[in-house]
Amino acid sequence: MTSQIGFGVIAVCLLLSALFVVGSKNLVHAVLWLAVTLLSTAVLFVTMRAPFVAGIQVLLYAGGVITLMLFGVMLTRRHESVEIEAETSPRRRVPAAIAGAGMFILFATALSRTPEQPLQLHATVDTVDIVRSFLTGNVLAFEVLSVLLLAAMIGAIVVARRRDHGFDHVRIPRKREERG
Amino acid sequence: MMATHPYLLLAAALFSVGIYGVLSRRNAVGILISVELMANAVNINLVAFSRAQGTALGQVFMLFSIGITVAEVVVGLALVILLYRSRQDVLVDEANELSG
Repeated sequence: MTSQIGFGVIAVCLLLSALFVVGSKNLVHAVLWLAVTLLSTAVLFVTMRAPFVAGIQVLLYAGGVITLMLFGVMLTRRHESVEIEAETSPRRRVPAAIAGAGMFILFATALSRTPEQPLQLHATVDTVDIVRSFLTGNVLAFEVLSVLLLAAMIGAIVVARRRDHGFDHVRIPRKREERG
Repeated sequence: MMATHPYLLLAAALFSVGIYGVLSRRNAVGILISVELMANAVNINLVAFSRAQGTALGQVFMLFSIGITVAEVVVGLALVILLYRSRQDVLVDEANELSG
């Protein structure tokens, strides 16, 4: 009974903050509501007996991604003083709401036709299990993920850097053309 | 909570809210924020499955999913900043130079 009340409170927090994320006019407020959503998700993970994942969620999402998003919002403002307005286009709001509601109805009908899986309430998954799974069975995927993160970092730096203006006067000699 | 369905239903609701955000926002950063919301819903599903199976595999998948999402956000924000530099705004329905 207590766990159901707790789940209900967390679910209400999640859904309300998610609605504020997509509905707020100021994008900075949207990012802060996203932080509330991600932290409520971390609380949900704690109630699901997944403390390691909850910690990662707080560190990576609520720490890293929120910071990145705030930088993204503030770097792409046109003027400092002007309030950002009309973040959602009014003629697209109704079709978007229909699409979202339709998707939810699709999910709900699919869920109602699948048998419920009972939770294993007494099985405990601790950090040692997760790390063992990472470093034995899934070690190839783990290494590929690290290469992916490196590639994303280098790619982001290359895409977003400014052109170097300090070397405009330096003419780089071209390769001599091949002789026929 | 004795079964997975409440978690899956909650995740489906979050995912649908994210779809609404992706389709209704004009700002590219706003679209990225909504994509984060959808990825978060998927992570809730994975942890719920891990709890139903009683094994660590769902949580391992969730950690992989977090890593890939962070990489996607980094590249996406770099592209948004590039768009801002070339157009001075990040409104996705204004950037239509390549449409026929």
